[in-house]
Amino acid sequence: MLRWILGGREAQSAVEKSPVLCIGEEQPKNCFTELQVLKGHFDIVRFLVQIDDFRCASAGDDGLVLVWNVETGEKLLELRGHSQQITAITTFTCTNGDTPHTSLITASSDRTLSLWDPDTGNRVQTISDLQSSVKCLLVLERLCVWVSGGAELCVWNKDFQLQCQRQNHSDTGVTALIELPKNCIAAAMDKEIVIYRLTVSTDSSLSVAEIRCLSDHQDYIRALINVNDGLFASGSHVGELILWDATDWKILAYEHILWEESQADTQAEIRLGAPKPSEMSIQHLTTNGKLILAAVGSGLYVYSILTKTVVAYRKIAHDSNVLHTMLLSDSELMSCSEDGSVRMWEMQDLPLPAEPASPGFFGMWSFGRTNKQTGPPSKKIMEIPSIRTLELTGDLIGHSGAVQMFVSFGEKGLATCSTDHLLILWKNGERQSHLRSLALFQKLEENGGL
Amino acid sequence: MIGSPDLVAFTKEDEYGETNPDPWALPEEFSVPLYPLADSNPWAKTSYAKFTKDFILISEFSEQVGPQPLLTIPDDPKVCGTFDLNYFSLRIMSVDYQASFVGHPPGSGYPRLSFVEDSRVVLGDSKEGAFAYVHHLTLYDLEARGFVRPFCMAYVSADERKIMLQFQELSLRFSQASECLKTGNRRAFAKELQRKLRDLEYTRSVLQKEEGLQREAGPQGIYSAHVVEKANELANVEKSIYEHRDLLRQISSYPRRPRRDPHAVTCPKCMTECLSECEELLDKYATLANALNYTEKRENREEGEGRAGEEGGEEEDEEEEEGVKRRPSYTPQLIKAKSAKCFDKRLKTLQELCDETFYEATVELLKETERSFRGDLCYLHTRRLDRALRRKQQVTNFLFEEDPGDEDEEEGGTLRPFCAVNHAVDNNTLTHPPPIVLCPEPLELDALEPLEPLDPASETSHTQESELGLGESHLDSSPSDQTLETQESSEETKGSFSSEKSGEGQAEGEQSLASMKSEPPDPDPDLTPDPDHNTDPERESSSEDIETTAGEDEADGGDQTPVSLLEGVSELEASREDECEEPGESRCEGLTEEVCETDSELLVQIDTACCMAQEGFLYDASVPDSVPSLGHSSHPQPPHSLVVNQEPQALLPLQGDYAVGSPRSESPAAGLELPVGSLGDAVSRCSAEDGSDCTMSASTGSDRAASPLGYGGVVTLRQRKKAGQGALKFVRQYPFALQALWCLLSGRTLVVLGADEGRVRRLVAALALFVPGPGRCGERVQAWLSCPFTLTDLQRWKLIGLQRVASPVGSSMLYSLSRYSRYISILDADQKTLRCPPYRGQLLANVADHRTYIRRGSTYFLHVQSTLSSLAAKAFLFTFTHHLHLPVSSREGPEGVEARRRSFLQEQLGLGEEDSQILLYLSQLITQQYLQPATGGSAAAPCFSFNYTTSVLYKI
Repeated sequence: MLRWILGGREAQSAVEKSPVLCIGEEQPKNCFTELQVLKGHFDIVRFLVQIDDFRCASAGDDGLVLVWNVETGEKLLELRGHSQQITAITTFTCTNGDTPHTSLITASSDRTLSLWDPDTGNRVQTISDLQSSVKCLLVLERLCVWVSGGAELCVWNKDFQLQCQRQNHSDTGVTALIELPKNCIAAAMDKEIVIYRLTVSTDSSLSVAEIRCLSDHQDYIRALINVNDGLFASGSHVGELILWDATDWKILAYEHILWEESQADTQAEIRLGAPKPSEMSIQHLTTNGKLILAAVGSGLYVYSILTKTVVAYRKIAHDSNVLHTMLLSDSELMSCSEDGSVRMWEMQDLPLPAEPASPGFFGMWSFGRTNKQTGPPSKKIMEIPSIRTLELTGDLIGHSGAVQMFVSFGEKGLATCSTDHLLILWKNGERQSHLRSLALFQKLEENGGL
Repeated sequence: MIGSPDLVAFTKEDEYGETNPDPWALPEEFSVPLYPLADSNPWAKTSYAKFTKDFILISEFSEQVGPQPLLTIPDDPKVCGTFDLNYFSLRIMSVDYQASFVGHPPGSGYPRLSFVEDSRVVLGDSKEGAFAYVHHLTLYDLEARGFVRPFCMAYVSADERKIMLQFQELSLRFSQASECLKTGNRRAFAKELQRKLRDLEYTRSVLQKEEGLQREAGPQGIYSAHVVEKANELANVEKSIYEHRDLLRQISSYPRRPRRDPHAVTCPKCMTECLSECEELLDKYATLANALNYTEKRENREEGEGRAGEEGGEEEDEEEEEGVKRRPSYTPQLIKAKSAKCFDKRLKTLQELCDETFYEATVELLKETERSFRGDLCYLHTRRLDRALRRKQQVTNFLFEEDPGDEDEEEGGTLRPFCAVNHAVDNNTLTHPPPIVLCPEPLELDALEPLEPLDPASETSHTQESELGLGESHLDSSPSDQTLETQESSEETKGSFSSEKSGEGQAEGEQSLASMKSEPPDPDPDLTPDPDHNTDPERESSSEDIETTAGEDEADGGDQTPVSLLEGVSELEASREDECEEPGESRCEGLTEEVCETDSELLVQIDTACCMAQEGFLYDASVPDSVPSLGHSSHPQPPHSLVVNQEPQALLPLQGDYAVGSPRSESPAAGLELPVGSLGDAVSRCSAEDGSDCTMSASTGSDRAASPLGYGGVVTLRQRKKAGQGALKFVRQYPFALQALWCLLSGRTLVVLGADEGRVRRLVAALALFVPGPGRCGERVQAWLSCPFTLTDLQRWKLIGLQRVASPVGSSMLYSLSRYSRYISILDADQKTLRCPPYRGQLLANVADHRTYIRRGSTYFLHVQSTLSSLAAKAFLFTFTHHLHLPVSSREGPEGVEARRRSFLQEQLGLGEEDSQILLYLSQLITQQYLQPATGGSAAAPCFSFNYTTSVLYKI
C-alpha cells in the first residue's frame, strides 16, 4: 500500500514485514476526531489520575505532577517538589464537613511522599525520611488512612502520621495493594499475595498483622485487582489468572491463559514453538464486575466471571505489549500499547462459525489460522458457545512513543500519556465544534454584535 | 503673487459632489470615478513635466536667503530631473496662507508665540507641468524673527487630478508629518528656552552681585550713573527672564489649546510627555522667579530710572541672550551689548529645530507617504476601494487576505492614529541618554542644580560652584554659538522683533512689575506666579483665536472643496480615525510587552532545549501562539514591528531542536536556514523563471534559494502575486490540482514530498495561496523540512515541503509519513502523484480548471482571490447564522439543528458533502479566531481536527 511513498526497495520490505494490525483510515465508529497535544513534561509520563470530572493529574519520570483542565486543555498547575521520578500517585478524598475535598498523594524514587492540594498547588504535607521508595499507594477511605507499599508496608493517617509499619521478608517488596473486606488488605509481593489485617485498638491506634500468605502463583505477580465485593483477581508473569474469594482467600478459578490458547490451537503452537514468557505475561487487569479484561503480552483476553471462561480474545491486538486497558461497557473496550497506539475494540457475536478474522489481523499467525478455519476453531466455538470476537473499531495514532496509560472522561474525551513526554486529549470533534459555536454566540451576545 | 490661472479651481469637478441618491447604487466610497475626458487616451502621457515620478519637497522660507529647497523624498537627484527646485520652492512658499502673525498683538506685554494652524493649498504650475499639494507649517526658533520659521512640505506630481482626488489623504498624511515635526519642535524649543533661562538667571545673579557691591561702595541714597546703568542692565535681564518664562508657559499651553484643524491629531503619548516636561520646566522656573521676586524689593525703587533706558535695554537684552550662552568665557559686560547681524548668524537646520527622533520619524513618514502614493490614480483608487471593503470584514480577513498590518507597512500610517515616533523604540533605546522624555529630572539640569539661587544668602557660593561646573553646560549650548564671534560687532541690525516689541513690552513689564510691587513680599513661592496664571488663559486664548481664525479662513477655503469631492472617503477616514484613536496607544505598549514575552520565551526554550531529546517538543507554544495572536489583533502594526523582527530568533531553538534531535544527511544549513535575508532574491529569481519555466521541471542544483514563504518575513502582496503564477502552472499541469486544493481548503495538511528542494519550495509557495489563515508570516506553512515530523508539526503546519531522502533518516521520515497518513495528504512532486481522500465536488472547479484560459499569474491570483473571498463570505454567513448552530426552540433537539445545518449547506449553498467540509473548516477557523482573545490563546493547546476517511492515489 505504501510502496509508492517509499524510495528504496529495502525500506519497502521492512515496512511490509511488520505485522501491522490495520483498520485503515475509514473508522466510522471512531468519534475522536479532534485532538489537543498537551506539553509540559520533560520525561516519560507514566501516570494519569482523574481528580474530578474535568481535571486530571499527570506524573512521570521528570518528577513533575501537572494538573490539567480536560475541557480546555489548559495546564492548571505544576506541582514541583520531587527530585526523581514519580513511582505512584493516587487521589485522596477527605470529607471535611459536607464538601469532599480531593488531594493528591505522590510517591517518588527520592524516597519522599507528598500530599498536594490540586486547587492551589500547595504541597500540604511531605515525608522525606523514608527508608525505601514507595512503589504503590492505597487509600482506605473508610478508615481515613492510607497505606504505602515498598520494602515495608506503612499505614498513615490523613495527617501524614505513621500509624504502624511492617517490614517485609521478600526482596521485591510490595508491588500492588488492594483493599479487601473486614479491614483487610492484600499485597502482592513477588509470587505471593499476603493478606494483612488492620485492627483499631481501643485507644484508636492502628496495628497491622499478617494473617495469610497465598503462594499459588508460579511467577511474579504483575496485576492485582478488586473485582467486586466478594472477589479479587491476580495475574502473573506466566499468564496465570487466579480469581480469589475476598473473604476466605480461597481460589475460585484458575485460568492459565496461554494454556487455554494452546489447547485451542495446538498445531499453531507446535509450529511456532513455545511462546516467550513476555508474550504471555499479564500486564494489566481491569474489570467491571462482570468481565475481567486481561492484557496478556500484546493480546487481549476477556474473561467472564459468570461462566469462568474466556469469552473473547485477540491474541495479537497490538504490535507490542499492551500496557493499559479499560472496559468502556459490556461490549466495548480500549487498550493502549508500547506501539504508540490506542485501540478501541468491540466484542461481537460471531454470526457464522466459519467467519474468520480478517487474515491480516493475526500477522504471522495468520498462515496457520486461515488454513485451519474449518478445524479446531469451529470445534472450540461449539465447545464454548459464548465465545465472541474482538473487532477493532478504531485506533488513535498520535503518540510517537509507548502509550503508558489513559483516562476516559466520558463524552468530554480521553486523555493519554506517553513515553514521548506528551499527553494527548482526544475529543469528539462534533461536540467540540458545537461547544465552540455556543461560545461564539455567547461572546457575540456579550459584545452586542460583531 | 499667485498667478490666478495657476491656482487650481477646486470647484471644477462639481459633478462628483452632487450625486443622485440612488438606493441601489454602491456606497460612494466603493464607486469608481469615470475618467473625465472620454475622448482622451488615459494612458497617454499627459504632462510634460520635467520629472518622472512624484516626489515630496520640503522647503523653507529662510529669513536670510528667502525660499530654498531643503530636501526631496525620495532623496535622489534623478527624481526631479531638470525640474528647478529653487524656482518651485519660491512658488510654493509664496502661497503661504498661514496667518503668521509676528510679534505680539497690541495689549499684551510679552512677545507672543503665534499658534498657527497649518495651511493646505493645491498649486499648479502650468508651465512646468507640475502640480503640488502644499502644506505650510511654522516651527519655533528662539533665534528667528518673531520666533517663527516658516516651512512647507509639498507633494509634487504631474497629475493634477491625482492631487485633487487624493487631497484628503494627502492632507491627512502631511498633517501627521507636520504634527510630528511640530511636536518635536516644541520640545526642542522648550529645551532651548530652558537653556536660555538658565543663562539669564546666571547673568542676573552676577549682575546683582556687582550692583550690590557698587551700591555699598557708593554713598547712601546717592546713585552714581554707573550704578543706575547697572540697575538698568539688571532690570533688563529680569525682564528678559519674565519674557522667556512666559514663552515657556505659552509653549507648554500649546497642546491644550483647542484645535480647529480636523487633521491635527497628535499622539496622546507624545503630547502628555511634552506636556509634563513643559510643566516641569515651568514649575522649576516659577520657583526661580520667586526667589528673584524676593530680592526685587530693593530694586523696585530704581525702576523709574531703569525704565528710562529701556529702549536701549531691549536690544541689550537680545544681545545678552546670545552672549550669555557663551558661558565659559562669559563675563558680565558693562558696555552696551551688540546684537548679531542676522545674516551672519547660522540658522538652525530643520533637524536641529526638531528633536532628532521626531525629525527622523517625520522623514520616515513622508517616505511612506511617497511610497503609498506611487502609481496612477486608478491604481490608487482601486486599492483604496479594496482596503475599504476589507476593513468591513475584519472577522474573516485572516483567512485569505493579506494581513492588514502588512498592508499598513506598505501603505503608511493612514490607518493608525498617528504617531510616527515609535514609542516602543523610545522606551528601549532612549533610556540611556534620558532626554526630557522619560527622566523626571533631566541630567543636564542636575548638573546645574546649584545654579538655582533658592537661598539668596548662599547665592555667591552657588555662583562660584556653577562657574566650576561650566564645562559640562557648555556642551549643551546651542549650535548658533558657532557664529558668536561675529555677533560682538553687530549692534544696530537687530531685527524688527525688538523694535516692534519695545512699546508693548514696556507696558507689560510695567504692569507686571506694578502688580508685584503692590503685593507684600511673599515667601511662598507658589503664590506669586498665580495672578499670571489666572489671567493668562483668557488673554491667550483670545489672542490665539484671532490668529487661528485668520489662518483658517483661508485654510478652510482650501479644505472645503476637496471635502465635497471625496466626502464619503473623508467620513470614512474620520470615523476610522476615531476608532483607531484608542487602541493606538495600547498597541504601542502591547507591542513592547509582547517583545518581552517573546524574549522570555526564547530564554525558556533555550534552557529547556538542552534537556530535551524529543525534537520540537518544547518549542511549540511560542511561535504559533504568539504570532497568531499578533495576527488576530486586527490593528495594524507599526512599520517596524519588533515582534516580527524577533521572530527569526525565536525560531532558532526549534531549528536547533531538529538539528539535535535527528541526524540528517542534509547539511545543517538546510534546517537552520532562515529565509529572511533571501526574500528579495527569491522574488527576483521567481520572476526570472516565471517566463521560462512552464513545465515546472526546474534545473536541479541551483534551486537552493529560499521560498518567499516562510518564517521571518511578512508575506507581501507582491510575493502572493508571484505565487499566483506558480499556482496557475500547478493547476494547468496537474489534473489532480482540484483535489490538492480541496485538501488545503478543508484543513487537511498537505505534504509536498520531493527530492529537489527548489521544486518543492516553488510548489509550496504556489500552494500557500490556498492555505486558509496562513498567518501573518506564513506560520502555517513550512516550505522545506528535512527531518521526520511529529503530530505537533502537523498541527502547526498545514502545508509542508518535505525532503525525500534515501537513507536511514529517510526511512524514519517515511515511517512518520505512513504513521500519520490518516491526517495528511501527500503530493509527490517527483512521481507526480497525490494521495488524499477522494473529492468530487464542484466548488473549486473554476479555480482548479487545468484547461483554464487564464495565462497570467496575476490574473489568476485575482481570480483565486475572488473565489476565496466568496468562500470566506459564505463561511462567515454560516458561522454567524444563529439557527444553524443552536436550537430555535426549547423542544428542538440537536438533530433538528443538524438537519437544518445540512440543508443550509446543501440546498441553500448548493454544496456537496466534500464541499461542505471546506466551509466547515473555514467556519471553524473563524470561530476559533473570534474566540481566541477570550480563551487566552497561549494557555490552552490548539485543537487539531481531522476525520477518518480513506485516501486514494491520484496519478497524472
